[in-house]
Amino acid sequence: MKKGMRNPNLPAAILVFALLMVWQGAAMGIDAAYILPSPVQVLVRLWELREPLFKAHLPATMSVVAVGLLISVVLGLGLAVLMDVSETAEKALYPLIIASQTIPTTALAPLFVLWFGYTIWSKVLVTVLITFFPITITVFDGFKSVKKEMEELLFTFGADKRQIFFKLKVPAVLPCFFSAIKMAVPLSIIGAAIGEWLGAQSGLGYFSRRMMTQLDGAGVFAPILLLSVAAMVFVAFVSALEKRLIHWRSDL
Amino acid sequence: MLTFDNVCFQYDSEDFSIIDHLSFTVKQGEFVSVIGASGCGKSTVFRLVNKLLTPSSGEILVDGKNIQGLKSYCGYMPQHDLLFPWRTVKENVKLPMEIVGGYTRAEMDEKAEHALESVGLKDWGNKAPRELSGGMRQRAAFARTVLTGSDLLLLDEPFSALDYLTRLSMREWLLEQWEREQKTVLFITHDVEEAVFLSSRILVAEESPITYLKSIEVPAGYPRTREELKRPEIVELKEQLIGMLRRKTA
Repeated sequence: MKKGMRNPNLPAAILVFALLMVWQGAAMGIDAAYILPSPVQVLVRLWELREPLFKAHLPATMSVVAVGLLISVVLGLGLAVLMDVSETAEKALYPLIIASQTIPTTALAPLFVLWFGYTIWSKVLVTVLITFFPITITVFDGFKSVKKEMEELLFTFGADKRQIFFKLKVPAVLPCFFSAIKMAVPLSIIGAAIGEWLGAQSGLGYFSRRMMTQLDGAGVFAPILLLSVAAMVFVAFVSALEKRLIHWRSDL
Repeated sequence: MLTFDNVCFQYDSEDFSIIDHLSFTVKQGEFVSVIGASGCGKSTVFRLVNKLLTPSSGEILVDGKNIQGLKSYCGYMPQHDLLFPWRTVKENVKLPMEIVGGYTRAEMDEKAEHALESVGLKDWGNKAPRELSGGMRQRAAFARTVLTGSDLLLLDEPFSALDYLTRLSMREWLLEQWEREQKTVLFITHDVEEAVFLSSRILVAEESPITYLKSIEVPAGYPRTREELKRPEIVELKEQLIGMLRRKTA
């Protein structure tokens, strides 16, 4: 940290504050909360709606995020490991995984509602479809960039494939894994919200949409604010964990 | 100790054998350097010994046995230390023992500590590799190589990435280690002075593809000092070697 700059987040904080001021000014100028509510109006609405938002809709969304993220991590890691272990699997799966991302999941989501009804699974499916991808690709690239020389060194010690995997590849890929999770967390929250937006009976996405039908601009923004705060808290938690576990990121 | 018997090897991408019916022998306890211009195939010789490559014909024997049936018969030290950054220095040094297995945790700790002490890194075991200087990292890598437990050590230009002064002291240090550990060392370098200073015998890859290695005895005993490099016959040997390598690259 440079001298005379006590808080490294200060520039960002100033910018955010300035943007909020511009927003507040613009909203006050337009003076139509159903088109553009001001930040203050959003906060007020968040407070007014705290009961349903925190007690019903936030838990509903977070359970979709938790289940979706868990499945995505297992699936994403599984695919990455499989493609690393077998070249045939890589050749078969890699193009398919890339192609899967060209499908506009949002457009298909209403179908998922037909398949699974208003259960958690229609939303989990949307979440998984957009979340597993960065995990698979980032972790797989991590496997690919493990130094060949290190693998050869272990081989000359007499290591078999399993030992090379656990002693070299797993630790070497950890930084990539954390990067992947940091990307996946916001995506899973977006996925859950989209899923709820398109068909649900609870959740922050659903709530935001219901407020839209009532032309409650501030009511639309309040759950979205909550979503993005949830994502930031989650990412901050993962970053803290990463800092504790990985002290050698730049040394490889 | 190590015998090449009519060994051939060809890379898939090339239409000739880079190693062509090569035979040579290294005796127990020797310090032998292989020198040659870069790209001549001397590293290929090494990769054949540590089984990273398989000869297309011929046999490589260690103590009279074909290496295809052997395990942990040689310790390989690469050009870069390749210490794993997520392990402490001591954990790195323990790695070959973990792979081979059959040691208890206490045995591994004891051997690792002893090895670190003998390379002068007694108090550095619990540090991360990045906290060590280049020379110290190579010393740790050497300790790791010794702990493979094999009598044949393959050192692949281990000092080439170090600065000149560190390299000088690492050479003297390596000779001490070799005299103490009683290992057989096969050492790759393209540095003629380094080869002359360290080796009891030098194998010169005069031509590429390698069909033979010209064996030259170094007329000096051990222990050695840098002063001996100034003796006329040593200087002459150096010039002769440089001449041989030059002719090839010209």
